Amino acid sequence: MADAVIHSHDDHGHKPLGFFTRWFLSTNHKDIGTLYLIFAIMAGIVGGFLSVMMRWELQEPGIQIFHGLASMVYGVEGDAAIDAGKSMYNAFTTAHGLIMIFFMVMPALIGGFANWMVPIMIGAPDMAFPRMNNISFWLLPPAFLLLILSAFMPSAPGAHGVGGGWTIYPPLSTSGQPGPAMDLAILSLHVAGASSILGAINFITTIFNMRAPGMTLHKMPLFAWSVLITAFLLLLSLPVLAGGITMLLTDRNFGTTFFAPEGGGDPILFQHLFWFFGHPEVYILILPGFGIVSHIVSTFSRKPIFGYLGMAYAMVAIGVVGFVVWAHHMYTTGLSLNTQRYFVFATMVIAVPTGVKIFSWIATMWGGSISMKTPMLWAIGFIFLFTVGGVTGVQLANAGLDRSFHDTYYVVAHFHYVLSLGAVFAIFAGWYYWFPKMTGYMYSPLIARIHFWLMFIGVNLVFFPQHFLGLAGMPRRYIDYPDAFHGWNMVSSYGSYLSAISVLIFLFGVFEAFAKKRIAGANPWGEGATTLEWQLSSPPPFHQWEELPRIR
Amino acid sequence: MAEGNAKKSNANRTVALSCVAFFGAMVGAAYAAVPLYSLFCQVTGYGGTTQRVEQASDVILDQPITVRFDANTNNLPWDFEPVQRSMTMKIGETVQAHYKATNGTGRTLRGTASFNVVPELAGAYFSKLECFCFTDTTLKPGETLDMPVVFYVDPDIVNAPELKNIQTITLSYTFFPTEGKPASTAQAPAPKGNIGG
Repeated sequence: MADAVIHSHDDHGHKPLGFFTRWFLSTNHKDIGTLYLIFAIMAGIVGGFLSVMMRWELQEPGIQIFHGLASMVYGVEGDAAIDAGKSMYNAFTTAHGLIMIFFMVMPALIGGFANWMVPIMIGAPDMAFPRMNNISFWLLPPAFLLLILSAFMPSAPGAHGVGGGWTIYPPLSTSGQPGPAMDLAILSLHVAGASSILGAINFITTIFNMRAPGMTLHKMPLFAWSVLITAFLLLLSLPVLAGGITMLLTDRNFGTTFFAPEGGGDPILFQHLFWFFGHPEVYILILPGFGIVSHIVSTFSRKPIFGYLGMAYAMVAIGVVGFVVWAHHMYTTGLSLNTQRYFVFATMVIAVPTGVKIFSWIATMWGGSISMKTPMLWAIGFIFLFTVGGVTGVQLANAGLDRSFHDTYYVVAHFHYVLSLGAVFAIFAGWYYWFPKMTGYMYSPLIARIHFWLMFIGVNLVFFPQHFLGLAGMPRRYIDYPDAFHGWNMVSSYGSYLSAISVLIFLFGVFEAFAKKRIAGANPWGEGATTLEWQLSSPPPFHQWEELPRIR
Repeated sequence: MAEGNAKKSNANRTVALSCVAFFGAMVGAAYAAVPLYSLFCQVTGYGGTTQRVEQASDVILDQPITVRFDANTNNLPWDFEPVQRSMTMKIGETVQAHYKATNGTGRTLRGTASFNVVPELAGAYFSKLECFCFTDTTLKPGETLDMPVVFYVDPDIVNAPELKNIQTITLSYTFFPTEGKPASTAQAPAPKGNIGG
């Protein structure tokens, strides 16, 4: 779809001198994208470490490690250490969720890959507001530090760090945790939200105004489409979260009673505000992954994507419907039967555009000349895992079933299949697809394959048994469980160690690629790779498209 | 070329400013949700919000319903209890119930009551003619106050599918202190190592 007239690209030699100027004062979308990716990898390691600690704890019934961790970190002893350890476990689940969502998946997909590839794909020299792009990135490290800092601050008496989950429901987040930890976490979300909003505005402006001549919206690559829709979702939903957590902050510190019944407020209102943001947020996490997977499936099947317009508008439909299903997170809060009926129906409707996407990917592969290179492996892994998570999602959409699954490990398994496995596999698919383009070096396909298979087996071992645990009634967010749940918890924990090892192999693969310096060439993937980035050198020149490409 | 650039940057600014305006509108909408939500609760009885009415019901069904009374306090050291534990009446019949609050402490204390009903969906059908909700109440040391609630259960309740088999509604009042924050939020977190058990 993107047959551009190829222009010669000499090295234009505009590289600014000096490490500090290049990386700290950067206004170059590729350099900022690289910074985002490095940040996402580091945050992902921190978030992954937290989850391995939790799995280690849950490997056996009883309390194994958290009282020891608490006495190491907070210097408490005896019974106080056990109590502090229980709170610390809750703080770990909360921090794991917030870090993975706001500091790993979003920076990797939106800040990293979208920053790198969207301007190139639409034939633009850079983002519309390069300096704003720089601010977007540099807001993230302070936000991350605020969140880390909150883990060492007192929250409830005898506890440190924000407990109660990433959903920060009042009253646990207001009168339940009076210490400064929650205030720091709220501030961290404010700063991270500001970063995302600036990024979203930048992408919307870039995609609307800076497409190359002939690149109409209906000729635009699907990844650019997915980022455009994601940016709109961010613009619509993040302000509502910002409003909600600001109300939390004033409830905590300035005596307002938005969520306090003693002043006529209602804690349930926070859940409505939160999920009006929270549900679109999960589509924000997955839509760019949809875009990446579409490119990869098309490239390695050597066919244009099946049903291009249907794919683009399926994402639009998912984005739109995603805003009117939020109360399916709240079936147990006393909604009337008719309200529940509506939310069940609306939620299940989302399966239709999602099904359009899944079947179009399969139809793209059908009859194609498929080569099972590493990115394709990850993309097919994504399609499989995302479909498993989608099926459990349709089950959970039913208010009747949700009554018994609510807050069990079944829900944990569901959202990790779509996000932890879905979004993360899409990130790795994108990483192995664009790594040669971004760095100019080819990774070792063998190491990449070992990474894939170890991770695929590992994450399935972690999360598939959690379906059984949830069906058996094991509730989430507890440090301990009855002995009857021991077996599958043990399997789940072993899976998490395997996944952790696969992450080490990933890091080694990156190191190996930079050490061996195998030159990748402008287009290592052959004629299936048709989007504009493959017409540039690898790595692309510091400034690309000085003469705009023409799309026929 | 320079002119083209200026035009482009103007177009960029237009899109960016529209986005910013949109952002502001959404934050505004989030705050507008607060009054809209309480309005919604009052109109629909959502979340167990009871209805304030001026007039007694003109329809009385020949069907009994039991209302149970609950009373509790949140960080307010009063003895607060219903005078009667439960009452059985006809649906639509107007009745009066009493609550009693005693300040057993040596200090003058102020409180405000909030309330709801369970099951929450019955809130829309619980019509109060007179109540002491959200009135600032002051009790001197040792003082006792009798607080009446006059209400009826709306006969429309038999038409609601979720409530057609309901036999009992519970009305619950909670007294909160008016001045100062509740003890749990005002308290500084305990120093390290002091919390056991």
